[in-house]
Amino acid sequence: MDVFFNHVYDLDQQKKRDYLLKELNQTIAWHYANSSPYQKLLDTLGLHKEEFNRLDELPMLPVQLFKLADLYTGPREQIIKVLTSSGTTSQQVSKIHLDRETSLYQTKALVSIVSSFIGSQRLPMIILDTKSVLSKRSSFNARGAGILGFSNFGRDHLYLLDDDYNIKWDELEQFRAKHQGEKILLFGFTFVIWKYVYQAVLAQNKTFDFGDSILFHGGGWKKLADEQVDNYKFNELLRKQLGIRSVHNYYGMVEQVGSIFMECEQGYMHAPSFSEVIIRDPVSLEVLPAGREGLVEVISVLPKSYPGNVLLTEDLGTVFGTDTCNCGRKGTFFSIKGRLPAAELRGCSDVYAN
Amino acid sequence: MEEKLRNIFATALDIPAEKVVDDLEFNSIPEWDSIGHLALIAALDEAFGIMMETEDVIDLSSFKKAKEILAKYGVEA
Repeated sequence: MDVFFNHVYDLDQQKKRDYLLKELNQTIAWHYANSSPYQKLLDTLGLHKEEFNRLDELPMLPVQLFKLADLYTGPREQIIKVLTSSGTTSQQVSKIHLDRETSLYQTKALVSIVSSFIGSQRLPMIILDTKSVLSKRSSFNARGAGILGFSNFGRDHLYLLDDDYNIKWDELEQFRAKHQGEKILLFGFTFVIWKYVYQAVLAQNKTFDFGDSILFHGGGWKKLADEQVDNYKFNELLRKQLGIRSVHNYYGMVEQVGSIFMECEQGYMHAPSFSEVIIRDPVSLEVLPAGREGLVEVISVLPKSYPGNVLLTEDLGTVFGTDTCNCGRKGTFFSIKGRLPAAELRGCSDVYAN
Repeated sequence: MEEKLRNIFATALDIPAEKVVDDLEFNSIPEWDSIGHLALIAALDEAFGIMMETEDVIDLSSFKKAKEILAKYGVEA
């Protein structure tokens, strides 16, 4: 696994495919032998094979399956935490079971990705959210998992919002005075930032400048689409209104925590060494070539304690190329357009739990 | 010095000092989970006046490992 973490954005595609196939063949065999529901599923669907020769023939599970079944691999007592998608009260949430090994891989994966953007020094960090997201310790949702994962890159953490989602202006001023001249790391969920930071600043007629700062945000656009805000506009407005110098959106899901697809300086999402994206026709599920929009399949070597390595999402995206992005990072680069309109609207981390 | 480190662990993780032994590991007790880890790292940074790098924050996965990592920053425990 270390080869992936040590070469997050610099493996040639051919080599990367070989490494991924080898690791995924082993991992799928492990799930098949140690998760009887998974075994039954593959057998029933006729998807089981001793060895797969191509990434696009690996057995896909629909991402919604984790809402319907408690899927984990290996002994139950090895599970140390359960992640959930946020969900709304009426909807079922995904439950993702993590053991220590998978949890460690997720952490290492995230470190290799984010270090490529900010280096190895921890930065003073502002979390654009409320600390109450983390109130339950053994089980948290995508928002909590994201906050905890990214917190490893920061120090002197400030949660910008109080429990009622109001900006803590006084603490923010103190924080900025204390860290004047330092680069600031910002992290949050797209919709929470939009509604409780950006719009709150507008409504209170404040002008604001975070100074030398870099923001990572993710969590989906479902709610923002209603307000006609796309990724480009969001990033621009945040730069302008809050003075955030550098804004990176990422695409990821609780079902594959750790293998996130970070937006590069050129505005494209990138597949790191340990994951891949494949675009498929929404009806026939045939693989589509670069430039064609379709359903996004995500592949990751990280999950060992649950069979979530190969997932068909409900999201639409387009691959633009492989290894040739002007940002210099290798791997497949793509964009996400949103959700397949006909798909069930599921609760996502951008949902503010009412 | 080891005593000082043990006390920082005990206070940050809110566990009795007797439980802080060399093979105490991250994620082996409920108190030392990701949330406890953040509190622990902040406490170590502050107590020894250092700023550990991200890589070390991740690697600091046992009491024994903590002593090794802190030694890199000139902290002898």
